[in-house]
Amino acid sequence: MDGQVILLEWIGKRAIDDGLRDRVRQQIEAAFALPTAFRVANEPPAETLDPRRAQRSSTKILRWILGHVPPWAAKVVGVTDADLFIPALTFVFGEAQVGGLAAVVSTARLTQTYDGRPASFGQVEGRLTKECLHELGHTFGLVHCPEAGCVMSRSNSVLDVDRKRAAFCRDCRQRLRELKEKRGE
Amino acid sequence: MKGKGPILVVDDEEIVRDSLASWLEEDGYQVETAPDGPTALGKMEQRAYPIMLVDLKMPGMDGLHVLTEARKKQPDAAVILMTAYATVDTAVQAMKQGAHDYLVKPFEPEELSQMVGHLTKDQALRRENILLRKALRRQFQFQDMVSKSPKMETVFELARTAAKSHSTVLILGESGTGKELLARAIHSQSQQKNGPFVGVSCAALAENLLESELFGHEKGAFTGAVSAARGKFEVAAGGTIFLDEIGDVSPKLQLDLLRVLEAREFNRVGGSQVIKTDARVIAATNRDLKKHVEDGQFREDLFYRLNVIRVTIPPLRERKEDIPVLAEHFVSLFQTEMGKPLEGISAEALELLMAYDWPGNVRELRNVLERGAVVAHGPILTALDLDLSLPAPSSSKGEPADSLKEVERRHIVASLRQHNWNISRTAKSLGIDRVTLYNKIKRYQIREDE
Repeated sequence: MDGQVILLEWIGKRAIDDGLRDRVRQQIEAAFALPTAFRVANEPPAETLDPRRAQRSSTKILRWILGHVPPWAAKVVGVTDADLFIPALTFVFGEAQVGGLAAVVSTARLTQTYDGRPASFGQVEGRLTKECLHELGHTFGLVHCPEAGCVMSRSNSVLDVDRKRAAFCRDCRQRLRELKEKRGE
Repeated sequence: MKGKGPILVVDDEEIVRDSLASWLEEDGYQVETAPDGPTALGKMEQRAYPIMLVDLKMPGMDGLHVLTEARKKQPDAAVILMTAYATVDTAVQAMKQGAHDYLVKPFEPEELSQMVGHLTKDQALRRENILLRKALRRQFQFQDMVSKSPKMETVFELARTAAKSHSTVLILGESGTGKELLARAIHSQSQQKNGPFVGVSCAALAENLLESELFGHEKGAFTGAVSAARGKFEVAAGGTIFLDEIGDVSPKLQLDLLRVLEAREFNRVGGSQVIKTDARVIAATNRDLKKHVEDGQFREDLFYRLNVIRVTIPPLRERKEDIPVLAEHFVSLFQTEMGKPLEGISAEALELLMAYDWPGNVRELRNVLERGAVVAHGPILTALDLDLSLPAPSSSKGEPADSLKEVERRHIVASLRQHNWNISRTAKSLGIDRVTLYNKIKRYQIREDE
């Protein structure tokens, strides 16, 4: 593995809240025992946008991220405020390469409460942290966990995101350790 | 969790294929993709796909066509059709053609998650059921005897009934079918199980010796009778006496046995004291006892005394479905006895065992496998380990079958030649005892110079 740093890349239209950024970075560092770096990237290319759906294709964004990964980065998680989709599905919270290099997470559906009101800072922070840990977990080789409270359990709604903890369950922690050892990280 | 599936995603749009694959991979599924129907069907030649996600509208071969062809190749595959143009007609047609379900694009992540999740669970359950059914598939057992044959189930059932009673049991069957094993099994499940099980081979001894063996003798009853001795009937008190080869007993002894069975009493040879016996009698023979009665060689009254509960064990060639289970049973037995890491038997070896006619029945099978287990170099017994180079008597195709006796005679001659007319070795390889072999040599008038 070339790099030893997890890169958090902001690819949103608006600026990210500094406090939110720092809290998420801290928790990523704690969970993966790796330092993080942060940078703001350009807006993803227009081809990632589906004007009809007013959503961006997570798969296309992922491909775009992979085209500019710095050599010092072990993993990259792109965070966008755009709503993401894959063609067959209405939306996705994020997408990752299982056992790969990159992941993308959207804040679009994390910033509201179930009834459409703006979510609190704490709620957004918790949700974004969970989704970043989740997608990064995939890049380390973890797949969805059947344990409902584990951060690697699949979330199909914000309710699902809120229900899980911002932590890996014991099995996933163990598996993550094994996967990291296997890859010499 | 890794390794569920594989799921085959068939869609002409690369981005749909890749994104769905990525989405499903996050769930731990193995996913493969195909850009069109022909490629998908080609992939189906190579491996099984329990779940397929197929786009309905594709250039060339459309989703319904893929569905029809896929079902021909893999009827168990659950095909989910994806369509952006759902109409009731399409849905009805898809379901009629055997689609598991259909999804209208774009669908909710939860919808796909649940559909695929439920399908995977259902399929795992179905597989589990099949395995369970296979495991439970009518394997019958009676003590140490195992079988998958319905004929043997009847035998075991009868033997269980016999075990509960004190009645005399007559076990019929060819040499090596396990008559003694069955007798022992009946004994060990009977009320007399804590008493002795005493076996006597009636064909192995001359008449006077057998008489003394069965009933004992008093001191001086005959030359060499320096002291009194108890006979097997006395030894078997409170237990079971097993009279093997009862069909070979002389007329005088038949009369003596009739008395024992009728009056439950006898005298020692040279003795006058009447000795009572409560031993349960189980007799066995490979002879056609009814025919012996008709020929006047066997007492009819004794036959009826013995024939209270009659159990006939079918020869192995009539229950070949037992060969795999018996082979597995013996291999596992030898593994324990020999302390050798034997894991099983190769498909080729099993084919050889299945093709053979087993004139020596289960005993011969056991011997062949025991020899194989001794010489085997690896954990799996191969065809080379089995000393079954002789052509199977039933393997001649298209020709009228020889009578069983002719086949048996030919097989015995071949075995004798193979072992340079060494009776012990030949008997062992045939899975029969020496006396039986001598009897067969005599009966078939086999000569060394032929």
